[in-house]
Amino acid sequence: MIVFEKPKALTDAPLHYCPGCTHGIIHRLVAEAIDSLGIEGITVGVAPVGCAVFAYNYFSCDMVEAAHGRAPAVATGLKRAEPENIIFTYQGDGDLASIGMAETVHAAARNENITIVFVNNAIYGMTGGQMAPTSLPGQVTQTSPYGRDTSVCGFPVRVCEMLSQVDGAEYIERVAVNNVKNVKNAGRAIKKAFENQINKKGFSLIEVISSCPTNWGLTPQKALEWVEEKMIPYYPLGVYKDRSAGFVYGKEGAAR
Amino acid sequence: MAEKVLMKGNEAIAEAAIAAGCRHYYGYPITPQTEIAAYMAKRMPKIGGVFLQAESEIAAINMVYGTASAGYRVMTSSSSPGISLKSEGLSYIAGSDLPSLVVNVQRGGPGLGSIQPGQSDYFQATKGGGHGDYHMIVLAPASVQEMASLTVKGFDLADKYRMTSMILADGTMGQMMEPVSFEHIEVKTYDKPWALTGTRGKRKHNIITSLSLVPKELEEWNFSRYERYRLIEENEVMYEEFMMEDAEVCIVAFGISARVSQNAIRMARAKGIRAGMIRPITLWPFPKAPLAKAADKVRAFISVELSMGQMIEDVELATRCKRPVLLCNRVGGMIPSPESVLAKIEEAMGGDRT
Repeated sequence: MIVFEKPKALTDAPLHYCPGCTHGIIHRLVAEAIDSLGIEGITVGVAPVGCAVFAYNYFSCDMVEAAHGRAPAVATGLKRAEPENIIFTYQGDGDLASIGMAETVHAAARNENITIVFVNNAIYGMTGGQMAPTSLPGQVTQTSPYGRDTSVCGFPVRVCEMLSQVDGAEYIERVAVNNVKNVKNAGRAIKKAFENQINKKGFSLIEVISSCPTNWGLTPQKALEWVEEKMIPYYPLGVYKDRSAGFVYGKEGAAR
Repeated sequence: MAEKVLMKGNEAIAEAAIAAGCRHYYGYPITPQTEIAAYMAKRMPKIGGVFLQAESEIAAINMVYGTASAGYRVMTSSSSPGISLKSEGLSYIAGSDLPSLVVNVQRGGPGLGSIQPGQSDYFQATKGGGHGDYHMIVLAPASVQEMASLTVKGFDLADKYRMTSMILADGTMGQMMEPVSFEHIEVKTYDKPWALTGTRGKRKHNIITSLSLVPKELEEWNFSRYERYRLIEENEVMYEEFMMEDAEVCIVAFGISARVSQNAIRMARAKGIRAGMIRPITLWPFPKAPLAKAADKVRAFISVELSMGQMIEDVELATRCKRPVLLCNRVGGMIPSPESVLAKIEEAMGGDRT
């Protein structure tokens, strides 16, 4: 009896991610969703610029590499060309919430029928740990060496809260992968974001609170604790918008 | 369309693109090319095509990148400032070896410049514009008919060589009306086994990227791309000679500058001055050979441009500076009069500097 196996939607290429990085878990959750929905043959993924730049080597479906921040526009071009194909982007916080903010918001406003997996680890990983749009107030990074001073560089962007107010968006949820319970819940959410696309419901974004032990300067275990103690209080988990269910964050109360 | 119709140059581009099988257009409003978007917005929904007004020129070119990745003929259009914004995407499209058609209906620059005609994006179009080693096929129409026919040709060359074809027009070409025919348009189709259609469970996944962190591999990739560019330089040069058989002075001009120069040449001939013109239709690849050949016959060249002198450098290179090359130019949205070009022809004939 097989109790554990690699999802078919992942290739055999060894992942390049640092020890303790949660990209591997999130890749697996995306691949499991693709497998369980049987859509690998009609799926095209869009890789970002950032730590996940080589995602195109890891997913078995057709893949394209986008310029920094432009994945939602590239996904739009793919989806408008082949509306029956399933298009997803996999983006980090610098990519999606800084340089690609316009592309993100407008893809949501158009209710572009795509799935976005947004990995938020509060730092630029690939370039060596600079301040991200989602870095927490006081967070020490290479470019905020005295801690993020909000009077100088402003406040973190809460993507789910913001996108929940965009009329076009169908489904917005924030999840985390710092413990088994949260990983299982993240898997459910990512699968739902793909199902929404299959059912032509429109723009679905899942923000995954992730860890970066290397650039946070923490052990993998301490990094997961930092997620629980620092990240999640600033970025509360839950559903922020589910248009089909009639739920909008703020109007109907807190995330649920 | 069975006969000639009267159309604006911008509209002719749009109709020709549709005739060439393009069903995906992404754009962002900017003068003086907005008629292309307006035409597409009307036509595309009626023929099952896609017209989408993007949130920016940056988004538009990346939507082009996505649709080109899926294997479809796709285009965007803009004017000078918008092309600067698209330059990032143009570099990525070149690096990923994707076909696309991009129209630049140029206006005066730099910066916000003007909304009147310009040709000062010549360097940007022919020397790169974006980062890295790459070229685009640059086509320069000089009539509304050519706005149409070069659009069709541009799609064909883009697919054939997996790269961007740019229509480098100017505000005059975009706005002026002339009769144009859409007969005899031959649409060639190309196999695109690299396209991201979904594996359908039948093949290994396709990957489209411009990234390669192994220096030797990236070098080889550049070499192979430049081998394709060499073939283009050998096989795809287009130009037109006008009264060059006995010419003593050779004007080099494209687009609206060529139209003005034709009048100036006729005026010069009426005065007994044997002037002629080589009109590049492809600005890249540049018609080096005919210019080199002309350098053995004529006394001087005149580069007529709506820029501070950009194409003139290519004329000097192509002719190895065998003969003097004079510049006749206006900028900022101004267009030289035939009289001013004639004056430059007389200046070129006046002093024998050979």
